Amino acid sequence: MKQLYYDVKKCLGCKSCEIACALAHSVSCELFSALKEEVLSLPRKKVFASADKNYPVSCRHCQEPKCVDACMAAALVFDKETGMVTHDKDRCVGCWMCVMVCPYSAIRPNLKTKLPLRCDKCKDKEEPACVKACPTGAILWQEVSEDITYGARSAK
Amino acid sequence: MSDLKQKSIDLATQEALKTAQDENIKTSWDRLELQQPQCGFGQLGVCCTVCNMGPCRIDPFGEGAQLGVCGANADTIAARNLARKIAAGASAHSDHGRDVAHTLSLLCEGHAHDYDILDVEKLKAIAQEFNIDINKPKEQIAKELSAKLLGEFGKQEGQLVFIKRAPKKRQQVWKKLNITPRGIDREVVELLHTTTMGVDNDYKNIINTGMRCALSDGWGGSMIATDLQDAILGGPQPVRGKVNLGVIKENQVNIVVHGHEPILSEMAVKAAQDPELLKLAKKAGAEGINLAGICCTANEVLMRHGIAVAGNFLQQELAIVTGAVEVMMVDVQCLMPALQEVAACFHTKLVTTSSKARFPGVLHVEFEANKAYEVAKEIIRLGVENFANRNKERVNIPKHEMDLVAGFTKEVVFQILGGRYRATYKPLNEAIISGRLRGLAGVVGCNNPKQTHDYFHTALVKELIKNDVLVLQTGCSAIACAKQGLLIPEAAKEYAGKGLQEICEAVGIPPVLHLGSCVDNSRILTAASCIIEEGGLGQDLCDIPAAGAAPEWMSEKAITIGFYFVASGVYTVFGASPFATLGSKNLTDYLTKGLEEVVGGRFEFCDDPLKMAKLMIAHIDNKRKALNLKPVMYYGRETGQ
Repeated sequence: MKQLYYDVKKCLGCKSCEIACALAHSVSCELFSALKEEVLSLPRKKVFASADKNYPVSCRHCQEPKCVDACMAAALVFDKETGMVTHDKDRCVGCWMCVMVCPYSAIRPNLKTKLPLRCDKCKDKEEPACVKACPTGAILWQEVSEDITYGARSAK
Repeated sequence: MSDLKQKSIDLATQEALKTAQDENIKTSWDRLELQQPQCGFGQLGVCCTVCNMGPCRIDPFGEGAQLGVCGANADTIAARNLARKIAAGASAHSDHGRDVAHTLSLLCEGHAHDYDILDVEKLKAIAQEFNIDINKPKEQIAKELSAKLLGEFGKQEGQLVFIKRAPKKRQQVWKKLNITPRGIDREVVELLHTTTMGVDNDYKNIINTGMRCALSDGWGGSMIATDLQDAILGGPQPVRGKVNLGVIKENQVNIVVHGHEPILSEMAVKAAQDPELLKLAKKAGAEGINLAGICCTANEVLMRHGIAVAGNFLQQELAIVTGAVEVMMVDVQCLMPALQEVAACFHTKLVTTSSKARFPGVLHVEFEANKAYEVAKEIIRLGVENFANRNKERVNIPKHEMDLVAGFTKEVVFQILGGRYRATYKPLNEAIISGRLRGLAGVVGCNNPKQTHDYFHTALVKELIKNDVLVLQTGCSAIACAKQGLLIPEAAKEYAGKGLQEICEAVGIPPVLHLGSCVDNSRILTAASCIIEEGGLGQDLCDIPAAGAAPEWMSEKAITIGFYFVASGVYTVFGASPFATLGSKNLTDYLTKGLEEVVGGRFEFCDDPLKMAKLMIAHIDNKRKALNLKPVMYYGRETGQ
């Protein structure tokens, strides 16, 4: 199972990943048309800054997801097969408990659609759109190593 | 919200920021936080948006694209971006100079009767530089001079007239490099041309052209603005004034004038004393009309009239937040678009006066020279009428103000050093030669919320004067140090080294001299030329034991000023954020090392005021050594350091 990792030494805060993410989830997948769409697609990831490092943040698809525990409508579910936390928008009631409990601040509320914005690893595509979009290669798309230990996870 | 003390060392600013916080009014500090992280490609100067084949980025880590679509590398991209900023800064200063020259021309035609030529001697002195026969009535001289001055802007060949003020050796350096400015507008146009797609690809050549354009500002547009403003509005004399938000008065109609061109603010000074308006103010319950300034226009009316300074660049919103400003009248440059929203939170009326600087939906009263006083009066009347709308509950004026002395120009230094009949630079040169004075430093420039407001300026200046370096200041930097009490003669006893103290006591000056606004940085060029002419300190500007610094810069104008000083042979240090050139090692090395061999001056980037002081002092000491001067008389302050 592949996961998105970020090299904070390389992130320059240009936010191209945010734009690419928003476009990948739009109808036209093209910048100028996407901005005119009725339901404006928003990025599922955000770039934050701390001291002098920048880091994009996206849903980690935790194996013990706090958001799933918090979801009162059982819209958020951990799918063991794909190893991803999925969201059922028909069940969602827009209570934002997931937003509140995510330890990574990886979920944002889309106030227009009343749905949470979270990374789905571009499940219908070959690889997440942000990976290609990053001009410095700060976004890595690679296999989660089998012997996972909580704590330091070194990305190659 | 992060600690107020981190945002500014100035108590008035801290208090006003607290008020803004409490009232949920956003300031530039808040907007800076929201902008984080700021794009690294932009910061490194390797984002190119020149043509439609882009926008292109160079990967500073070396793995991704190393060339733009056209093939430009990081050196070219960063150099072109920097050049455009030089052109923009030069345009601002030079356009200001043009407006002054234009005012003189209107004056001659009888279309600017609210002005007069207050310093005829100065007018004649300038006229002589233009080979105008001064044995004529002043009206005739003025007419010929205004034509010649306006001509400097449209010149195509030859060189700008003020170039002759520079030492011969310096003129030769420029000639050899082909960077002697030919005409003010021409240099901006040519520089912009070289930065368009597919023109100059050689970063050193781009910088060369950039230096020529900067020189057309320093020895051209800015110098014309300064000197002609002195002739028309009167040459400044040492004057006492007050600075900081506390100059805004609870019981008066407060008019804040912000921007740059004194042809406007001078009229505001006059109109604020209009008897009809004063009567109106009293009727409205105010004790009078209180005029205060922000930024360079504040410095202009401070220098000539001792008008109070409400604050520097980062305090422009905070002046409104005091809740006691009836009108803020603005012309051009350094005006934050945010002023509109902040004013809307209060009764404050924001009024624009220049067709070059409009705010959508904001009241605009076009300033025209032929009805200058009338326009100023109309705007101030708006203020008087607005006094009744002030909400007393929301008035929060930080009770901090400081005395300062301003009004130092090249002529004034002549006078105070040698008296009216023996006006000379000799005592200044001798002070440096003997070692009583280590040297000179110019500390200038803006504020930037990326750094603790006012901290860098004051920490740097304190360290310099402690080491017997006489500091010359302009712009927002001068205002910053003034707020901390460095621009009064008493500051010598408290902060200056023994040698500088002795001089300050003997002459009666502060250890830090306020030379005026940012176009008045040209005063430093002229004064430096006089120092060389006086003798004993070398033959070229780069020989003088001196250094320049812009510790908290933000404006493109600061970049242009930096370039004209470097091109004139001055070692110039820029604070905190370096130029956006770090994405190109070649360009950065050229600016910080290579340029010294080319023009005798170079840049340095430093993010700590004490380190910066060390660098400047080391440079000054090197220049002293090169001149075989005696060692410095005293070592720092006699506190055993």
